[in-house]
Amino acid sequence: MSKKVLAFIDAKDGKFKNPALEVLTEANKLASLLNTESIALVIGNNSEESSKSFGNYGIKNVHYIDLTKLNSISGKSNFSYSHSAFSKVISEFAKANDCNIILLSANSLGKDLAPRVAVNLSASYCPDCTAIKIDGDKLVATRPLFAGKSIADLLLKNETKVITLRPNVFKVEKLSDEEATVISVDPVSLGITESDFSVIVNDVVISSGKLDVAEADRIVSGGRGLRSQENFNLIEELAEVLGAATGASRAVVDAGWRPHSEQVGQTGKTVSPSLYIACGISGAIQHLAGMSSSKCIVAINKDKDAPIFQIADYGIVGDVFDVLPALTKEIKSVVSS
Amino acid sequence: MKVIVCVSLVPDSTTKVKIAQDGKSIDESGVQFILNPYDEFAVEEAVSLKEKLNAETLAVTVGTDKATEAVKKAFQMGIENGVLIKTDNEIVDTYSVAKNLADFINEQKPDLVLLGKQSIDFDSSALPSMLSELTGIPSVNVVVKLTIGDNKVTAEKEIEGGQEIISTTLPVIIGTQKGINTPRYPNLKSIMAAKKKNVETRHSTYNENATEIIKMELPPIKGKGKILTDGANSVPELVKLLREEAKVI
Repeated sequence: MSKKVLAFIDAKDGKFKNPALEVLTEANKLASLLNTESIALVIGNNSEESSKSFGNYGIKNVHYIDLTKLNSISGKSNFSYSHSAFSKVISEFAKANDCNIILLSANSLGKDLAPRVAVNLSASYCPDCTAIKIDGDKLVATRPLFAGKSIADLLLKNETKVITLRPNVFKVEKLSDEEATVISVDPVSLGITESDFSVIVNDVVISSGKLDVAEADRIVSGGRGLRSQENFNLIEELAEVLGAATGASRAVVDAGWRPHSEQVGQTGKTVSPSLYIACGISGAIQHLAGMSSSKCIVAINKDKDAPIFQIADYGIVGDVFDVLPALTKEIKSVVSS
Repeated sequence: MKVIVCVSLVPDSTTKVKIAQDGKSIDESGVQFILNPYDEFAVEEAVSLKEKLNAETLAVTVGTDKATEAVKKAFQMGIENGVLIKTDNEIVDTYSVAKNLADFINEQKPDLVLLGKQSIDFDSSALPSMLSELTGIPSVNVVVKLTIGDNKVTAEKEIEGGQEIISTTLPVIIGTQKGINTPRYPNLKSIMAAKKKNVETRHSTYNENATEIIKMELPPIKGKGKILTDGANSVPELVKLLREEAKVI
């Protein structure tokens, strides 16, 4: 049997986000293809019981590290967690358990940890992967470059491979109602010491509790066609009835109408939601790069020649100030009926 | 205080990508190259530290001769010294770039390393973390606010839907995100002064690649979409299509 596939999951209060389930499903798939075992490593609080559900996705053994226990090694108090300690935990765990493929979500934590783990394990690293293929004894990972303007196949040459999966791309497949065995791991046994806590997160400030574009399954975005900051209430109202996140083009972020955290495009975030509604966005190439891999694109623009219509699945040529209120009202009535 | 800024040269974000004949890279003909936009924030942060604290500033890049353009752009914004770590071929593996930069950082022993949170060509967002592991210097990436006291560093890292407030110590590696500052435009005087500066060339210290691009292609082209043309009157039809055909609402 070849070496194991490891899925790393961070958990909070017994809850796992959808990208975590995507990582579990893919780890199990890869392990089946390679005729080996997939295991999960969880760092979290109050999540030991709920980690049993990983069995539903084909993971039989879950190794669980209690965050409070891990943090207590630091000798410090009043902090949330430490990136440096997390990466040491994953690296040492992978070594001790003979794992040579390590999968993480390409969320902000995964993007921070994975390159560290790759260096520690002398691994090949593929960030933001959208597909994994096994070709004989070779592993080829597909990833977008230039924010999606091109797609590359990367051969991961080293024996150990670390891969982050782009959220919303890989499917979640529940296979059964089976429960996994959860094994508690003492971080001290992995050799974690006080010096591994060089970077600590003191506090996490959540801005207004809004859904982030990078994680959202539906996005309603606005561009210069909205004409002013105030008019973004039309975007927010439509987003609300859809349970969508709000996004923005670079032009309106540069104008200061919307925060940079909402910017979609090559110098903002690259997104692949199920539904992307672009309102008053003409479709500059750098914006299209960031959202063209969305599964269903809807464009609303008064200029019928706007480039956004070339990649849209559906669209309405019309004034956003007429179309948006009508669309919000129609969806509201359809969804509630 | 000694500050190193790692910079890279990337295709302008308005570039329409074409695939080169080899099927593994982009066709660079007609492509305009610029200093990576996220590196501009790193350069600005370094130059303002030079002005405020008299910090010593150096910009470094890894690549072929062409990459010196990135260092020259940093000169125009006010960086004092520049180094090209020269490679024979274009490096596409992030680890290889990180290893060359880490060897240089280990030799230079800076107090602060600044770089963009990611380059807009390969979008790996991996360098700050890799440099940290290779040098033993703590790092924070995607930083929108940076405060440096005596040896104490506080950084705000942008995450999904909020910020993490992170504390660490000098020396530190910081990946800069839009919002941390407003990069200056070079003026005529600084452009003229930059022309007189030399970029020191060194040989690369590491040339292996842990990954290799074996194929590159353009994203699949979508079929023609259904575009309705009757403004707000088209709304019911659109909603019907989204519900019954696309099944997304």
